[in-house]
Amino acid sequence: MSSPRQRLSPFWVSLGVVAGLYLLFLVAMLTATASYSSPEDLLKALGKREIQHSIVLSLITCTITALLALLLAVPVGYLLARARFPGKHWLEAALDIPIVLPPMVMGLCLLILFQTPFGQFVEGFVPFTYTVFGVVLAQFTIGAAFAVRTMRHTFDHLSARPEDVAMTLGCTRAQAVWLVTLPAARRGMFAAASVAWARSLGEFGPILVFAGATRMKTEVLPTTVWLELSVGNLEAAVAVSLLMVVCAMLVLAAVKWVGEEV
Amino acid sequence: MSEPSAVSGQSSAGIRFDNLSWHAGTFRLEGVSFSVPTGSYAVLMGRTGCGKTTLLEILCGLRQPSGGRVLIGERDVTGLPPGERGIGYVPQDGAMFPTMTVREQIGFALAIRRRPEVEIVARVKELGEHLGVAHLLDRFPQHLSGGERQRVALGRALAAKPSVLLLDEPLSALDEELRDELAALLKRVQRDLGLTALHITHSRHEAAQLADVMFRMEAGRVTESR
Repeated sequence: MSSPRQRLSPFWVSLGVVAGLYLLFLVAMLTATASYSSPEDLLKALGKREIQHSIVLSLITCTITALLALLLAVPVGYLLARARFPGKHWLEAALDIPIVLPPMVMGLCLLILFQTPFGQFVEGFVPFTYTVFGVVLAQFTIGAAFAVRTMRHTFDHLSARPEDVAMTLGCTRAQAVWLVTLPAARRGMFAAASVAWARSLGEFGPILVFAGATRMKTEVLPTTVWLELSVGNLEAAVAVSLLMVVCAMLVLAAVKWVGEEV
Repeated sequence: MSEPSAVSGQSSAGIRFDNLSWHAGTFRLEGVSFSVPTGSYAVLMGRTGCGKTTLLEILCGLRQPSGGRVLIGERDVTGLPPGERGIGYVPQDGAMFPTMTVREQIGFALAIRRRPEVEIVARVKELGEHLGVAHLLDRFPQHLSGGERQRVALGRALAAKPSVLLLDEPLSALDEELRDELAALLKRVQRDLGLTALHITHSRHEAAQLADVMFRMEAGRVTESR
């Protein structure tokens, strides 16, 4: 802990000023957006059938994506955190591809994949291109990468020693993970699912390219903002944007609250 | 050999490392051979990073040796999974299960073996009283002191009545007064149960307090020391 004198030194003051300016910029941006819209605009936008459909579709797809992402992130995060194997660095780099690639490119990659014989075969069972399944897959492709990162970080910070002890007490490795490690990782799992959910809520590029922007079909909230903007309906676009800001803040607050419960 | 015990135990068995080898990168253990006599308290000393913990982990079954054998009693346990070796393991920091109460931790080994609830309750009560943690049974590990954690870790390791007790610097994170108190407890438990114990430490004081037989690990080899 720094003393009061240290806290007021020019060094700390200048750091505080930089952080404060950035915070001010974010608050100004959100305040300006909020003040651009009125409660009437918001109610009017929320009354539109297309927007109601988009809200429901966003909530459902994001929740499914978050759960799927968690199903992937727990085993992969555990593997990366605990196992040593040849080519691990390459695997880690590959898993970050969805994070570093432009989202639009990810959408294009998905679209091309489903034009290949393999993709066409899969589409014979579940049609992804330009469907709601495609929305989930596009969200999952990027959201899961963030969830994997979060789970890997979680397992990195959980000692492997209790698992070892559990094994000496009669558990198999799988039992030790299930009974000892996963209960201890529950906050990390919540954070991973939340990150995937929030990231999916804001996903636009890959959904536009892979699932399309068909109203009452594959339209999610970011698509609504884009569609409303493209027809010059700025009030509705701002109202939907504010709704997304509120959702994002709720998720952030929940993650923060659960994290501080530790 | 064993005195009348305050807590029930299993018959003891000696430990034998037979020409054991292990390597990872540039680190090697070669031809490690030594025996811990049945029912004795052995202390293994050596510099940090010399491979003491690795040796203990091989004995636990958490690492596989590249050659040689590990025997507990007359049984070759080299290929057995950790839970079938009849060992109790107490690591340095206790390695508590973070989401379980003391009661659940001590009863864990029996619960995983699907023993009847009544047996688990009785064993937890017995160990709780013997180790002085009976009043802590409903606490979570984050509400335990360092000494209490090590007592609970010891109870957890003893619950399934192992024949061998393995301790990896169990007292190193404790203050001096508590260290002496726990060292006395370890010795008492080992004698009461007639267990064979292998205890890793850096402390000569601790070794002098506890050891019936003392080993030193240097340059990947283990020798008996006086």
